[in-house]
Parts: sequence; structure tokens; C-alpha cells
Amino acid sequence: MKSVRQALLGVVLLGAAATVHAQNEQFIPMNGYWVGPYAPGGSGIFGGFIDYVNMINAREGGVNGVKLTYEKCETEYNNARGVECYERQKKKGPTGATMVHPLSTGITYSLIEKAAADKIPVVSIGYGRTDASDGRVFPYIFPLITNYWSQNTAKIKFIGAKEGGMDKLKGKKIVNIYHESAYGKETIPVLDAQAAKYGFTVTHIPVPHPGNEQGAQWLQVRQIKPDWVILRGWGVMNPVALKAAARAGFPREKIVGVWWSGAEEDTIPAGAAAKGYIAAGFNVAGTNFPVIAEIKKYIYAKGRGEMEDQTRIGSIYYNRGVVHGIVTVEAIRKAQEKYGKKALTGEQIRWGLENLSISDANLKALGAAGFMQPLKVSCLDHEGGGAVKFQQWDGNKWVVLTDWITPDRELVRPMIEQSAAAYAKEKNITPRDCSKES
Amino acid sequence: MSFFFEVLIGGLLSGVMYSLVALGFVLIYKASGVFNFAQGAMVFLAALTFVGLREMGIDFWIAFVITLGVMVVLGLLTERIVLRPLVNQPQITLFMATIGLTFVIEGVAQLVWDSQPHNLDLGIQDVPLPWISDSTGMNISTFDITAAGIAAVLVTSLALFFSRTRIGRALRAVADDHQAALAVGIPLQHIWGIVWAVAGFVALVAGMLWGARNGVQFSLTFLALKALPVLILGGFESVPGAIVGGLIIGAAEKLAEVYIGPMVGGGIEGWFPYVLALLFLLVRPEGLFGEKHIDRV
Repeated sequence: MKSVRQALLGVVLLGAAATVHAQNEQFIPMNGYWVGPYAPGGSGIFGGFIDYVNMINAREGGVNGVKLTYEKCETEYNNARGVECYERQKKKGPTGATMVHPLSTGITYSLIEKAAADKIPVVSIGYGRTDASDGRVFPYIFPLITNYWSQNTAKIKFIGAKEGGMDKLKGKKIVNIYHESAYGKETIPVLDAQAAKYGFTVTHIPVPHPGNEQGAQWLQVRQIKPDWVILRGWGVMNPVALKAAARAGFPREKIVGVWWSGAEEDTIPAGAAAKGYIAAGFNVAGTNFPVIAEIKKYIYAKGRGEMEDQTRIGSIYYNRGVVHGIVTVEAIRKAQEKYGKKALTGEQIRWGLENLSISDANLKALGAAGFMQPLKVSCLDHEGGGAVKFQQWDGNKWVVLTDWITPDRELVRPMIEQSAAAYAKEKNITPRDCSKES
Repeated sequence: MSFFFEVLIGGLLSGVMYSLVALGFVLIYKASGVFNFAQGAMVFLAALTFVGLREMGIDFWIAFVITLGVMVVLGLLTERIVLRPLVNQPQITLFMATIGLTFVIEGVAQLVWDSQPHNLDLGIQDVPLPWISDSTGMNISTFDITAAGIAAVLVTSLALFFSRTRIGRALRAVADDHQAALAVGIPLQHIWGIVWAVAGFVALVAGMLWGARNGVQFSLTFLALKALPVLILGGFESVPGAIVGGLIIGAAEKLAEVYIGPMVGGGIEGWFPYVLALLFLLVRPEGLFGEKHIDRV
């Protein structure tokens, strides 16, 4: 009888210990895509993200002793599935979901109101709703590092520099070939505004999903004879565009892509047709960074890495996933400064995100100097960065062409505020007074 | 005017590429009356297997033969495991079975290989032919011309196979009536096995050409959707119909995108072929070359 009682006591104590342990865990949903047409992007980014989280757990036992846990959910880049994954994951872990990275502009749009109601931050690094950069109207949405409008103005700056100055843009012709989706259409207003400001003409040509046939679009390009083409593609649309450009005889050196058109997965399938192509990026490729070395040491050396194909480590998408990891972990760390070293709620993490500041010195300490740009988020500005680098495909790898090019804030910020104000009016939202936020 | 012809010729050549995918559908439909939804997935599997073997350093022709073997085995297994138990079941049941098969093939292909895009180099340049560009100002791709030639050879061979060989005639008999064909001693399973294997071969050729053109990646599975209006136009049972349907759809969608698209905001290439196919259905439901069915009541 005594032994039975001891055994029962043991079970109870073990259960209590497990509960205490579980209470000290921070849950991060990994709602991504590992199959389907956009799997190369999803698997690469979430590969880097998960590896970074696991490295923090292995190296430091989590964030200040709070272990990071996660669960994958396959969205297939589909809005309905994305919302389903969000609903399934939002209450997991002792304090619910820390934050959600939907990795899809469409899914981000679908979650804007739900996440605000659930008090769970939605972090859309380099995608999502641009005017959500105005944190007064969108307290729970964080289009961090750089939004589409910022990068587009940086892109026009880059083209202007190539032409010999912004004044030389007058009379030039630019074609914007875009994925016919919420993501693809996002930059049309800012491009039109820039065309009016600098005196160039812009023609928007949509490519229906998925974009595996673009003969007609590139014949239109041939007819227009533009000076530059902006490629705003995703998935298969990118290599097909480069091949179609080669078929139409359009120089690849005059095509500038968005960062979702600028990974190895976009250029390698296009073969020789991709050589010379230029794309924007908010992170660089390569394994020559201490943070990647740490991941290899703590994760891959122990046979626990996410990437089955280890040659993808250091690729654009993989490194972008590491950027996701750095931002997530540092936001948790920041929130812990205010709320204590314990598992935190989404609302508390929101504060961490809004007060996130990653300086050059921080990046160096994180082993990511030059890997990504410094970041300073605020109540007013949920973007926090805005700069991009431009890189060119040399036939084998991406070669960085420029330093960080800052956006045209004078043009972008009023547009963001105007658009956010219209949203606030439509949804009857009273914008926050940032001077009262602490 | 030169631009119009460039759009037209480009469209016709794209149409030939659609026809290559449509051919696989026609083969299965002729033999079993089943619309094989899995044809796009078969194209994907074939291309992924071929490029995977090539990346392992295997010689082109050995990789081709191994991939063909994989496709033949897939065809035979499909016949044995999926179709045979469903003989004499309603057509919709067989159609649903092929939908299931689609997801299985897509999943297994990504599991065995990966979901990464691959470059497939067949040694055919995909750049404008200089002498055409110089003499006419039109950009016509070497690759597209070559693909059209390959499609022509394939169609001629298949047309001869269906009309001149015993297996071809048996195949047509099976397509007309499973039970009647069985009653006169035609081995149904044998014929189905052959036709699925040939459809696998067509999928391999289509997969290699589309893979070389766009890169080998998951979106190859969407080619099935491009083939559907081609089939409606050309007729589900006709090999020449697949070619003519492909040419019409290819030319029409490109001309529509270039000349009508800008008036309505563009991006009509994706759905315009379906509008055309729907209009055609109203006038000639069996397609241009499809067999007209007369049922006694």
C-alpha cells in the first residue's frame, strides 16, 4: 500500500513539475508551407526560423530561461488554411500564441481584425498590409523591417542612380509586371505616385496565378520598349518571367525584382536566362556570419537541423528565416525587460515588438552584423527600418551591388497615414495617441 | 502587323505545349472514358524524377529510360490498384479516383524528391532565332520551334498507333464499350495497362519540355488546367483534336491578353480560354473532332 501511495505521489510531483516546466515555455506558431507551389519560400524561411529558435534553446536554454516551443501548421499559402492554422494555434502554450508570422500577404489581411480582437501580434516581415506601418491604427500588425512601398521607392532610387540621377527619370518608361493578387497589387499606388513625382511613365501588367505562361505579357513589354522592368513575382512566376524576358530579347540587367523575386529558387530554375538580373533584398545570402556558424554548431553538428538539403543553409530564404528568428527572440527579450522573465501573453509581446530596437552593436553581438539592417520600432512606426540592398545574380550566386538604400519617406509616410486613416474611418477605429504610450 | 504575327505565332507555339499535356488526357479518355485528373501530377512526377536523376549525375538517356520505367510502373499500378476494382462503375467514380490519385502522386513526388525548383537543361536554347529576328523583326524561340517539332512527331506516331495497330483498334473498342470489348475477347486490363503506360510516356515528354521551359517545380501540376479548354475544343477522344484545340487556345489567349487585356485591366489569359471553351460547348458539345454520340431512347 505504501509503495502504491509513493508511486501516486511521484506521479503527482512529476505532473506538477511538468506543469511548472510547461508554464515556463513561450509558444510560437510556425504557420508556413512546406508543400505546394510556394514551398521553396516557405520551407526555406521556416527552416531558418526554426533552426534559430532551436539554437537559442540549445545554446541558452531559451530566452532568459524561458524555453521556446513551436508547432508547425501547413497553410499551403492559402488564406482559408492560414486562418484555420491561426485559430488552431492561438491558444496553445501556457500563454497562447506569442505572435503569428503568416508568411502571406493574403493571410495577413485575413487576420488583421481577428488578431487585434485576440490580442496576438501579426508580424509580416517584408510583406503584408503596407499602411499597417502606422501603429496608431494597427496596434497588433507589424510589417517589420521594410514594407512594400518603402522598398519600391528605394527601387526607384536605385534605378535613378543607374540612370545618372533622379532628374534623369523624366520621360523614362517603366513596366511593372506583377502577380495578380493582393500582394502583387500592393505597390501600384506608390508607383503611380512616383511616376507623377519624377515624370516617368509606368505600365502595370498583371500575370494571372501561378504565372507559368507569360508569353503575352512579355510581348507587351517588347511593344512598350521600356527602359526598366520591375518584377513583382512570387514562386514559379519569377523564373518564367526571366525565361520569357530572354525569349523576348529583353536584357535581364534592366529587370529589378522585389525581394520575393530575388532568391536562388527564382534564378536557378531559369538557368542562363537569369544572369544579370537584379533584385532587392532586406537580408543577404551567405554562410559567412557567426549566427549561421552557431546554428551549424548547436543544431546541425548534432543532426537536428530543419533543412534536409544542407546546401540551402545560407540561401536568401534560409537567412530570411534566421532574420525572422532574431526579430522574434529579441521582441520576447524586450518584453521580458518590462514584464519579467516568464512566459508572456501576446499583448505583452506586442509591447516588446513596439519597443524593439536592434542597433548595429546588437547585431554584432547576435552574430548578424551586415546580415540585416538595424531596426527601431515605435508606436508610430511599425516598420522600423525601410532600407534595402540590391543584388545581382552572376549565374551562380547573388552579388550585393549596393549598401542599404533608404526609402523616400517624404513620399511614403503621408501615403501610409492617409491610407491608415481611411481604414480607421471605415472600421470606426480611434487611432492611439502615441505620446501616451509607454 | 509584324507584332500581330509575332503574338499569333507565339500563341500557336504555346498552344503546341498545351497540346502535349492534353494528349495524355486524350489517351486515357479514349481507352477508358475517364477524364484523368492526375495527368498534370504525372507530368510533375516525370519531370521531377528525370531532373532528380540527372542531378545525381546519371546520363541523359539512362535517366530517360529509368523515368520511363517509373511512369510505366505507375501506369500499371494505377490500372491494377485503382481502375481494375472500379470496372463498370459510373464514370464519375473513376473520375473521383483520379482526383485522389492526383494528390497521392503530388505528395509522393515531393516526399521522394523535394519541393525545390530545379533547372532542367535539355541543351536547346530558349532564345530568339537570330535569322528570323534579323529578317522579320519577330522573336521566335528556338526552344518553341523544337518543342513544336517534337509534338508533331509524337502526335503522328500516336495517330498511327491508334489507327494502324491491333492494340490501337482494341483500344478504341474498349473506349466504346467495356463490356462489349470484353465479350469479344479484348483483354481490358491489358489494354488499360498499355494506355496508362503510353500516357506516362507522354507525361514524361511534356514534363521534360515544360520543365526545361519553366523550371521543374510544383506548378507543373497546374498544366492540367491549361489542357482542359484544349480538350473541350478539340474533343476528348481525338489526338489531332488535342493539337488543333491547343493551337486555337494558345493563339486565342495570347491575342486576347495583348489586344483585349489592356482594355479591361489585363490578366485575362487565365480565364479567357475557358470562356472560349464554354461558348464552344454550347455550339458543339463533343468538340471539333470528338465523336458525336447518338443514343437510342
